[in-house]
Amino acid sequence: MPESSALTLDSVSVLLVWTAIAVYALAFIAYAVDLARRGAVAVDAKDAAAQAVRARELALAGGGRGSESIDAVRAQEKKSEAALNAPIGSRERLVWARIGTSLTVLAFLFHLGGDVTRGIAAGRVPWSNMYEFALTGTLLVVAVYLGVLFRYDLRFLGTFITGLVVMLLGGTAIWFYTEIVPLMDPLKSVWLVIHVFVASLATALFALAFGLSVLQLMQARRERKTLALARATAEGADAAALASARKTGPGFLKTLPGTDALESLAYRFAILGFIFWTFTLIAGSIWANDAWGRYWGFDTKEVWTFVIWVLYAGYIHARATRGWRGSRSAWLSIIGFTAVIFNFTIVNMFFKGLHAYSGLS
Amino acid sequence: MSRRPSDESTGESSGSGDAASDPLRPADHADSPAGPVPGDSRGEASDITQPRLGFVEWLRWGWRQLTSMRTALVLLLLLAIAAVPGSLVPQRSADPNGVTQYFANNPDLAPILENLSMFDVYTSPWFSAIYILLFISLVGCVIPRTRHHWKALRAKPPRTPARLSRLDVHRAETLELDHESDAAAAAESAIEAAEQQLKKAGYRVERYDARGTLSVSAERGYLRETGNLVFHASLVGVLLAVGIGGGFTHTGQTVIIEGRTWVNTLLDYTSFNPGRFVDEDALTPYALTLDRFDVTYQPSGVQGAGQAGNFVANLTTQLAGEDPQTGEVRVNHPLDMAGDRIYLMGNGYAPTLTIRNADGDVVFSESVPFLPQDTNMTSLGVVKVPDGLDEQMGLVGFFYPTQAPLSTGAFASSYPALINPVVSLDVYVGDLGIDGGTPRSVYTLDTSEMEKLAGRGTDVESIELAPGETADLPGGRGTITFENDAPAGATGYDGSVKRYVSLSVHRDTAATWVLVFAALATAGLLAALFVPRRRMWVKATPQGGTVQLEYAGLARGEDPTLDAAVEQFATRHLDGLRLAETRQPVSTPDVD
Ligand code: HEM
Repeated sequence: MPESSALTLDSVSVLLVWTAIAVYALAFIAYAVDLARRGAVAVDAKDAAAQAVRARELALAGGGRGSESIDAVRAQEKKSEAALNAPIGSRERLVWARIGTSLTVLAFLFHLGGDVTRGIAAGRVPWSNMYEFALTGTLLVVAVYLGVLFRYDLRFLGTFITGLVVMLLGGTAIWFYTEIVPLMDPLKSVWLVIHVFVASLATALFALAFGLSVLQLMQARRERKTLALARATAEGADAAALASARKTGPGFLKTLPGTDALESLAYRFAILGFIFWTFTLIAGSIWANDAWGRYWGFDTKEVWTFVIWVLYAGYIHARATRGWRGSRSAWLSIIGFTAVIFNFTIVNMFFKGLHAYSGLS
Repeated sequence: MSRRPSDESTGESSGSGDAASDPLRPADHADSPAGPVPGDSRGEASDITQPRLGFVEWLRWGWRQLTSMRTALVLLLLLAIAAVPGSLVPQRSADPNGVTQYFANNPDLAPILENLSMFDVYTSPWFSAIYILLFISLVGCVIPRTRHHWKALRAKPPRTPARLSRLDVHRAETLELDHESDAAAAAESAIEAAEQQLKKAGYRVERYDARGTLSVSAERGYLRETGNLVFHASLVGVLLAVGIGGGFTHTGQTVIIEGRTWVNTLLDYTSFNPGRFVDEDALTPYALTLDRFDVTYQPSGVQGAGQAGNFVANLTTQLAGEDPQTGEVRVNHPLDMAGDRIYLMGNGYAPTLTIRNADGDVVFSESVPFLPQDTNMTSLGVVKVPDGLDEQMGLVGFFYPTQAPLSTGAFASSYPALINPVVSLDVYVGDLGIDGGTPRSVYTLDTSEMEKLAGRGTDVESIELAPGETADLPGGRGTITFENDAPAGATGYDGSVKRYVSLSVHRDTAATWVLVFAALATAGLLAALFVPRRRMWVKATPQGGTVQLEYAGLARGEDPTLDAAVEQFATRHLDGLRLAETRQPVSTPDVD
């Protein structure tokens, strides 16, 4: 925290950032309520639907109350996919999700204000030390999320996005706050503007892909369990086995698109992110060639940028490899994003290297 | 939403041009038709139906393993994992001092890691093995695909499937003819319009007319496969440019003190690392003179006080046989000299010291570069006087641009600019160890054969001098002067001590090639990931007073916009037809 109590531009920035964190936290709660309610609604809807299809289902799978046929799951997923692609005007009225999104927009405005005032106070782009990278990086995560909402109804990712941002931004504001100091010479370069910005953009896209991949895995588990349950019911398994098979994961999954839809959406964000990451890698090399006299030297940060690039190349390959498409490739997307976060936090703080620009001591 | 091109559903077995226009994928590609897969137990089983595999079969089997998607994937993941240790353990290439330090701190562990090449991860046998295998696999994968794609680029789009309704996207429409016109003619013009429209949209088209049914088959997005191949081939290009280019690269370091001139010859470098194919005697002759080194420091009392910035080495440059010119080297802005790039790597103070013997003869007079030890430029330096005194003399000590006492009683610099410059030297006499021909660093003093005359641990205090001051050497051996280098009329200590820069001179002609291949790879990647590859068919069947129109699309690979594309196409096509229908009744076509 700045020590002077005078209202400098930088302290305004800090104030705005903390306000943003608080509002993001509220948005997180609203989104969480939304997910909980989706679960409840899904159960109600299923009960109603169950009345109608009871006869058919009984005949088909011998399923009783509480068991879904895989057909019913698929039908629900089709509906959810349509909802995912629904244009803004004709989306489902999810009150809590709306509140969550409105709060996220509000928080985003505070966040943007905090970022811009920091930039003005410093007289340069606000991504020149770890505190500032985090400020701008998380801002881009939210910007990309809100931007994507125009095209896809991804509000079910709201808890993940706001949760992630509260954690990163909160941690940043507490631990990484750095006073404004003049830019170090190596950072005075257009490549700072390009390289770091593009890296943050890629990170934002990878974050969305990560969230979708996690949901994809949860959904895959649910589909598997539902199938097993239908089979067990048909075979007349005992009550205990049925009860355990019935635990298919959180209820809101029933309102989400199917694994295939989640996967192909995750893939789309990941390939966009991959392009930006490729750019980051190349721009970084050009900069390194100007600043350090070589375009590549396996400096720690370079190593991790490379590792992340290769992991996502692996993910893209996996999606095209028989036996790897689906859950296995989703794990690679998850590992890839874990590496991104690791690179941003642990590598910046604890690894020795030429990229000593975190501004932390 | 999600689109799996499913070969079963296309019903194209009759399409002669089909197999040819499909990209050739490794057998275990997710889009390859299901069948024996190398590495798959089913696949092996079918290979091993023969009683025994001959040598050639084994080779072929091994090659197919190596060029399978799965192998590529595993090797990619291995590459990612194998790169990690190099960020955990200091690497000789990037941080040689870190390695030395690591050996000192972990005497037990370090030799074990050394045996595993952990300090040279990126040139280690295991890391090399992974990427070499990966690139063999890559080449083995790309060459047959390129050959195949070359043919595909000239093949016709596949025959129209019999039942379009089984495809991913399908739309059927009935065109009602308000006139008693010829349905066949209407169908003909509908297909012709479709053909034109598809062509305009960048599709390659082919008419397939059967009895009673007219159709056009179209395909687009060959660029996707082209992009994929360009991307993978460019990766090979990057690797080769890096590998071969390294042989033509040289880097060298040098130090220039203000007012001095450095010449680009091997002799003038403090260190020189040539690539394998570099001719060390053929360096371009040019000279650099350091006129002035500028730097600004944040004034004390503000945030980041003492932080240095705006480093500029102002040079006079001269190519052999040409007029001198001025040049600048700044951080992020290397100077281009005859294809070499000159980088500013560091800077420091070089106090000018003059030593006279007891008779008053000058035995040493030089500006000595002191190495900065901290951000306030507390700098360490060594003076060696081999001749002119009774015994060889060595002086070692610190230069403080702004001397200030520490709480321990020792001194340090409290600010990097020349506010209170002081040099403080310990004095040794004896054998400097430089006569034996063993190269010695100019920055270290080997005192094992020397006796300490002044400084901690002796009765005599270290010599302390400000610019312009002179002191006696211990034991009446003579005097030492710290010359004031300030130009006439300078105030305070401004300019009283010369500065030096350390420069790094690089020549890496291959870097451009690396960049070219990287840019090509990126362009290829964009095409491979975002150009949709798809087929589209339009079929028209005259039926009484109507024409039955069918539109169908099939994705070849990831294609999230297929639905919309077919929908849009059909709508535009129908609109066009209806417009033509109302404007001019379809007449019997001219037959020539
Ligand atoms: C240096 C190692 C490699 C890297 C970094 C790499 C990277 C990539 C990337 C980023 C893509 C997605 C873009 C595109 O579709 O063009 C891709 C696709 C592809 N790669 Fe590689 N690759 C490597 C090696 C290989 C090898 C050895 C093979 C052969 C087995 C291969 C076969 C393919 C195929 C068939 C695709 C198309 C996937 C699809 O249909 O979507 N790659 N590769």
